[in-house]
Order: sequence, then C-alpha cells, then structure tokens
Amino acid sequence: MTTAAQEPLWTPTKGQEALITRLRQLSELDGVSGGEGPVREWLRAQIEAQPPKGPFTVETDPMGNLLVRVGEDRPGPRVMVAAHMDEVGLMITAIEDDGLLRFRPVGGIDPRILPAQVVRIGQGRVPGVVGGKPIHLQTPEERKKAYRVEELYIDIGARSRSEAEGAVQLGEYATFDTPFQVLGEGLVMGKALDDRAGCLILLELLQEEWPVPFLAAFTVQEEVGLRGAQVAAYRLNPDVALVLETTSCADLPGVPPAKQVTRLGAGPALTFRDRTSIADPQLVRLLIQEAEAAGLPWQWKHGTAGGNDAGAIQTQRGGVRVASLSLPCRYLHQPGNVLSVRDLEHGLELARRGLHAWARELSNGGDRR
Amino acid sequence: MKEIFRRLSEAMGPAGAEEGVRKVLEEELEGVVDRLETDALGNLYAIREPEGEGGLTVLLDAHMDEIGLVVTYVEEEGFLRVAPIGGVSPQVALGQRVRFLGGAEGVVAADHLDDPKELAMKHLLVDIGAASREEALARVQIGEAGVFVRPVVEAGEHRLIAKAADNRAGCAVLVEVLKGLKASPHRVVAVFAVQEEVGLRGAGPAAYRVDPDLAIAIDVTLTGDTPEAPKMAVELGKGPAIKAMDRSVIAHPAVRRLLAETARDAGIPYQMEVLTRGGTDAGAIHLSREGVPTGAVSIPCRYVHTPSEMVDLRDMAGARDLLVALLQRPITL
Repeated sequence: MTTAAQEPLWTPTKGQEALITRLRQLSELDGVSGGEGPVREWLRAQIEAQPPKGPFTVETDPMGNLLVRVGEDRPGPRVMVAAHMDEVGLMITAIEDDGLLRFRPVGGIDPRILPAQVVRIGQGRVPGVVGGKPIHLQTPEERKKAYRVEELYIDIGARSRSEAEGAVQLGEYATFDTPFQVLGEGLVMGKALDDRAGCLILLELLQEEWPVPFLAAFTVQEEVGLRGAQVAAYRLNPDVALVLETTSCADLPGVPPAKQVTRLGAGPALTFRDRTSIADPQLVRLLIQEAEAAGLPWQWKHGTAGGNDAGAIQTQRGGVRVASLSLPCRYLHQPGNVLSVRDLEHGLELARRGLHAWARELSNGGDRR
Repeated sequence: MKEIFRRLSEAMGPAGAEEGVRKVLEEELEGVVDRLETDALGNLYAIREPEGEGGLTVLLDAHMDEIGLVVTYVEEEGFLRVAPIGGVSPQVALGQRVRFLGGAEGVVAADHLDDPKELAMKHLLVDIGAASREEALARVQIGEAGVFVRPVVEAGEHRLIAKAADNRAGCAVLVEVLKGLKASPHRVVAVFAVQEEVGLRGAGPAAYRVDPDLAIAIDVTLTGDTPEAPKMAVELGKGPAIKAMDRSVIAHPAVRRLLAETARDAGIPYQMEVLTRGGTDAGAIHLSREGVPTGAVSIPCRYVHTPSEMVDLRDMAGARDLLVALLQRPITL
C-alpha cells in the first residue's frame, strides 16, 4: 500500500530550521539527573567549535556543571544565565532472578505514564520496555488501579540475573526513547525539551557580544532539587541571574483559563513568583519593557506552583537578584514534551534584548533600589 | 513600643515586597545607628559600631515580611484568582479584606461551595468591585501582592490584636533595642530580613554578608495557653521565650545558656520554648558559611497567620530588656 505524499503543513525559516536541528540533537542526548555527561560533552564541543566573542574560560565543576565565563574582567554587573542540562528519567535499582530490572524514578515522574514506555539504559543504550502484569492476568480490582512503581519493571529480554548483569549495571539510568519530531504547524515534540530548550537559548546567547561579564551555567541535577545551580552560583558569584526554563502549559480541554498556567504559542512566559523564588521586580519590568518595545509576544506564568534554579541561585552568598524566562511546554516530565518553535525564537530574542537592557540599566549591580 | 509596633503592623510588606516596612524602619532608625544599608534582596541592615575593642560581631535578625495573597489570573468578569504568599489558610482568608500594593482593595470570596469542607485556595476569588477583566487590570496587575487590612486594636491593658504581629513585633523589639542600647563593646548589626514566610530566604544571604560571631533571631512563637490548645509550655504575658528548638534550628547551647543567664541576672521573667510546628530565620542563619552560633528570642503570639494575631506588650518589653542587657556585657561563647 502506498500513500500520496502530503504537502508539508509548515515550512520553517532558515533560522527556525537551524534551531530545530540543534534542539533535535539536544533532545536526543541522554542526561538524567546525575548523568548529564553526554549533554555536557556536546555543549562543550559546540562552544569550542563556535567560541564566544571576547576572552572566555570553560570549566566543569566538581558536580558537573558546565561553566562558561565571557569577559569576566569587563566592568558592570556580573550577569549569570542558567539552564539545566538534566532531564527526568529512571534509575536501575535491582535485578531480579529472572532478569527483569526494578527501578526508581529520578525527578518528578507520574508512575501512571510509565507502563509500556520504551526506554534506553546506560551508556550502551540497551533497549527495554516498562512492563507490568498484562490486562489478561489482572483481577477486576487491579484493573481499576494505576500501577505503583514497585509493581513495574523493565524488560531488556534477559532470561536470568547473570544475563541482565552482562548488559546493565545497578545505578545506571534509563531514559525515554523518544525520537524528536516536528508536529503540525510550528510545534516540536521530544523528550527532555525541559530544559534542553533553555540550553539551546543559552548556547545561542554565548554568540552575542556582551558589554558586561557574562557567566553561563549549564547546570546539573535541577530535577532532583536545584542542586547544581546552588554551587554554580556560589562559584560564579553573580549580581543578577536569568534562568532559562520551560514551564507548565495546560491549555487543554477541560482546564479553566485560570488554571492553564501558560498558553502554547503565546510567547515566552515571565514568572512573578513560584514555589522557590520571588522574581526581582526591576529585572522583570525590564524584560517586559523590552518585549513591548520590540513587539515580542510574552505572557505571565499564571500561578505560583513549581520551582526552578532561580530558587537556589537567589540565596547564594550575599543574595542574587533573579528572574526566569520560560517556554510554555505541554506534557512536562513525560516522554513527549511539546513546544512551539515561535515561542523558542521569541524566547531567545527576549532573553537577548532583556539581558542587554539589564547590562545597560544595572551599572550598579548591588542595591535593589 | 506600642506606637512603633502600630506603625510597623499597619505597613504593607508581603514577602518579596517589603518596601513599606523598610521605609518605616529607615525613618525610625535614621540617626539612631551609625549606618543603614540594603542588599540585593532588600534586607535592611542597621549597623552600630562598637565602643572599645574585644567585642563580637552580633547579628540580630527580625523578618519584615508578612503573609498575603498574590494575583495569578483575572477572570473575564473582573474577579481575581489568587495564590497564597506563605502560610495562608483559605478558611482564614475567606471574608477578609485585602489591599494590594498598588492600592486596590477587595474582599475575599469563594466561587462556589457545596460543602464548607471543600474550601481551598482554588475556590477563592478577590472581588475588587471591577465589572470586567479590563477594569480589574487597570487597577491590579498579574503578580501583584496584597495583604490583609486590619488596624491595631488594644485588647485590655497589655495586649494588642494586629495583623502581621508575625513579625512586626520582632521588628519593633529590634528598633527599641537599638534605641535603648547604651555603650556596647560589640559590633551590632540588626538585620530586618525579607522573605522569611516563603522559606527563610533573606536571612541566609544576610548572615553571609555580616559574617557574625553570634546571631539571635527575634520572631513570634505559638502559645499553648488557649482552651484545648496542643500542649506547649509558652504562655502570653509570661515573658520572652528563649528558644531551645524548632523545625529549622536547634539553638546553640552556649547562646541559649547566655540568654537565660542574662535574663536571670537582670531579673527579667522568661520562658523556654520548643516549637514543633514552624521554623525561623535562625534556621538559615546558623548554616551560613562555616556555621554561626545562633539562638532565638521569641515573642509569644496567639492566632499566628491570621489577620488578628495577639501579642502582649510585656513580652515585647522583656525581649527588648533581655537583648539590651546581653549586648551591654562582654560575651564569651
């Protein structure tokens, strides 16, 4: 059977095409919290291939944060920009006699989404499937309930413990095996867009010429408690920080407008406060002014749930003024995150303009007033 | 004490927007201390240099911020959806009046409730009298914070009913300490900290900046003296409470001993406090840098985190006298 070739729904611009290509690469890299190596190495190679403008250093700190300092001797406020490299996933915690693998979630994963997911395990990217008792064997009572993590396992096709041990080590990570795809008109779908989209924006911002010290932090272990950002901020000792993130987007049927948090395609979202930090009012005001002056769409993140690296950065040393710029992202912490390419473009542009405005307005980086 | 407390209580200072309180404090302390400073997060530092040598750097902390509400969304009909700032219970919020930072005032209502037990933040609305989203957004913004509005009321000879007694009572005590302090061998840095109610966020950076030898947080604590209250050995009017422990800190034994000795020597009645349901800035301060010997002096307070908290002026005066006595003597830990 054949099907007629379909007209493409949407043709990306050259700039969009380039962003999509790099986002695809970032999305398909494995980097569950604590195992961000592949993402870090890829980013480092990109930075070395396209060095920032001006004197710069690149280092990996003891926790694995990738820190890039550009023009550190320049006058003016020390501006930190952070995006986390890690993604949610699973960790192998036990191997059963029959060769099946037990696991625990790393980061916030709803166990109801796990059954039947295809995953890849460890450096060898060993394929497996998350299994549970099939429907035929479930009692009527069991059918009414969602699986608990303890009832699930990963099947890699091994028939014994020793066979499984030949392929997989305890403590190795499993990631969702999701090929990145373009969806419909201007949307993309992939795993770990939280926060590889932020990493991509930060990578692009490193190509910009900055009049002030520009301190980029690609952080580790955000999903397990903002751990990398904490030590990165201590090390970089910034005056102000911008966190590039993704945020909940619940513009879905049955969700009342007040609960949608953000809307896909309506522009990057600015946070006034969330569970872990209160954004600095002046920094947010400057971002809004820049968006409006340039005619860039933006939206509030409605609601105060969730947290991000800004929470850890804000309280480092003597305190850091923070703000977040987040891309609306549907189905966060699931295998198929959905993001708008226009939001990504606008987010990059707003971050670029906003950071220039910060550099301009904050010649005195310390005092809040 | 009463008048300073009244000014501070009636000022607006939801966590993250403490400007109103900071302004009152700056007015009160201008000329009283050697220097006033603020930092990146908005903490206010009142610095008093030592007379003589050999003293310690002592950090005294009281948080300026209070609980409140923040606008998250405006409905088409002009009603505001809100989220709590700090520990606000929907039962307490319902029916209260709220004033937002930009001046708009409204009343907290609920959208619909079949059963009072279902009352939750998500059902709350603030009605500012706007007939449309457009009209509402001309008066408040998304992200704008507000606080409950209540004047201070005198209840009997010694007691006050007030909003934000948590922790303007502590702020008032600190102002009075700075005003009452005669010669002190110690460098005294009073920190009026931001964002305690959302997770002790201001005090940690403040402690990093001050790098003290000794720290004491002044905050309110719960009491066990109302009918059928959970057992707690703190009563209103029985003097300041010297903290042994709460959820965020175990008071440094030397600091705790020092406070108790000072109170006994000065004839100040005091109580010992173990708070099992809350924390204070002492929790963030004692973990700053390589660790700071930290204790806390608490003002007993009933009905904490409601718009009508009750404190006793005698407890506040006792806390002031205790801290003044401590700072005027040599300290060895």
